[in-house]
Amino acid sequence: MNKKKKYGAIVIGVSAGGLTALSFIFKKLPADFSIPIIVIQHRNTSQRDLLEEILQEKCKLKLKQADEKEKIKEGTIYIGPPDYHLLIESDHTFSLSSDARVKYSRPSIDVLFESASYVYQDRLVGIILTGANNDGSDGIKRIAKNGGMTIAQNPEDAEFPPMPEAAIATGSVRKILSLAEIQKCLLKINQE
Amino acid sequence: MNFDKKEFQDLLDSIHFIYGYDFTDYSEASLRRRVEHFMTSRKMDDLTYLGRTLAKDERLFAEFVLEMSVTVTTMFRDPAFYKSIRENVTKRLATYPFIKIWIAGCATGQEVYSLAILLEEEGLLNRSIIYATDINQKSLQIAKEGVYSIDGLKEYTLNYQKAGGTKSFSEYYKAKYNHVMFDKSLKQNIVFSPHNLAVDQSFNEFQLIICRNVLIYFKQSLQNKVFDLFYDSLCPFGFLGLGNKESLLFSDKKKHFEDIDKREKIFMKKKISS
Repeated sequence: MNKKKKYGAIVIGVSAGGLTALSFIFKKLPADFSIPIIVIQHRNTSQRDLLEEILQEKCKLKLKQADEKEKIKEGTIYIGPPDYHLLIESDHTFSLSSDARVKYSRPSIDVLFESASYVYQDRLVGIILTGANNDGSDGIKRIAKNGGMTIAQNPEDAEFPPMPEAAIATGSVRKILSLAEIQKCLLKINQE
Repeated sequence: MNFDKKEFQDLLDSIHFIYGYDFTDYSEASLRRRVEHFMTSRKMDDLTYLGRTLAKDERLFAEFVLEMSVTVTTMFRDPAFYKSIRENVTKRLATYPFIKIWIAGCATGQEVYSLAILLEEEGLLNRSIIYATDINQKSLQIAKEGVYSIDGLKEYTLNYQKAGGTKSFSEYYKAKYNHVMFDKSLKQNIVFSPHNLAVDQSFNEFQLIICRNVLIYFKQSLQNKVFDLFYDSLCPFGFLGLGNKESLLFSDKKKHFEDIDKREKIFMKKKISS
C-alpha cells in the first residue's frame, strides 16, 4: 500500500448554483485524483439521477450516486441521493436515512459532515460552496473541532453567498477561497 | 458531541441487557445521530450518565425507544412507485378472491392510506385487508387516526396525481382547521398493529408486502433476517415493494425473486425455491 495520505476524504456541501460550481471544480481534477469526494447537493426529488449524468460528462473521475452500504473507494466522486440523508459508517460504507429534514433539507449537509467527521476526525476536508441557506454551518463547526480542514467559497465569488457566509460566521472556517483556488487547493491536498 | 465508540457500544449493550431491546443491529451513524438528538433535547452530554439514567427510569426509556424508531413519510412517496404498483401489480392481485397485504414499518401511515386509495380506484379495496405494522406505538397511533397537518396537502395532492390517481384527491379527505382527515371508508379494511421486524415472526401469508425506507436503518445481518421473514411471509408469485434506494442485491434470497420493476424496486417471489 502507498504511504497513507494526510486526508482520507473530502466532503462538499452545495445548494443553489451548485451545478456550475461543481462542474468547474470537477472538470480539472486529474483521472488519478485519489481522495474520495462526497457531495451533498440540495436537489429536486423528481429527477433521480440526472445530476450524476450531467456531472459525469464533465469529469474524468468516476462519479456516481452513493448507494446504501456501498464501500467508499478511492478515485471516486459520490453524490448523495435525493430525498435521503447520507451518512458515513465507521467501516467506511454509506448509509441512508429517511429522518426528518434538517434545516428544511434532506439531504442535509450537516448530517453528512457530522457523520463524516466522526469517522475521519482530522483526516477530513469539509468545503461549503454557493447556496441560499445556512445548511452546513454546524457540520463545518464539527469538522474544525475534530481537527479537520475547513474551506468556504469566497462569498464574493459565489453565485449565492448566504451559505458560505453562514459557514464563515461560525468562525470555524480555515480558508476562504475562490472556486479556482479551491480547485488548486484540492490538487495540493491530494499530494499530501 | 463526540461519542466514544466503546461508551456507545456499552450503552447499546446495557439497553439490550436491561430492556431486551437490541439496537446493535441498527446502522450506527443514524442511531448515533438520534441518540445525540435525544441527549441535546434533554440537556445531557454524557453517554455514561444517559446509560445509567435509562437503566433506572423506565418512562424515559419508553421515550428513548420512540425517538430511536421514529420515521417520516408522505402520501404517495415516490409517485412512480405507486404508479408501477397500479400498472404492474394490481392486475395480478385482482386474480385472488381475497387479497392480503402487509405494510411493514408503516410509520405515521400516509403510505397506508395511499395504497388504500389506489386499491379503491382499482376496485380491489373491498376484498383486501391491509396489515399496517410499525415498532413505534406513537407513530402507529397517528397512523390509526389518519389525521395530518394541512401543510403537507399540496405535496400529497401533487403526488397523488403523479401516481396516476383517477379522481380528485379532495374526495378522500375532509379539511378542518389546520388538518386533513382521511375518509373512514378507507380504514375499514386496514388493521394497525405493533410489530418489531428485528424480533417478531411472520403472522400470515401475503400477496403483497411493502416495506419502504425501513431496511436502510438496519445492518446487513438484520436486513438478511428481514428478507428471510418476507420471503417466508409471501405466497408463491407474491410481490415485494421496497424503497427506491433499497435492494435485494446483497440478500441471500436474491435468487428467489425476480424483478418486476427494477427502477421502482418491485419484486416477485418465484414459485419454486431452489
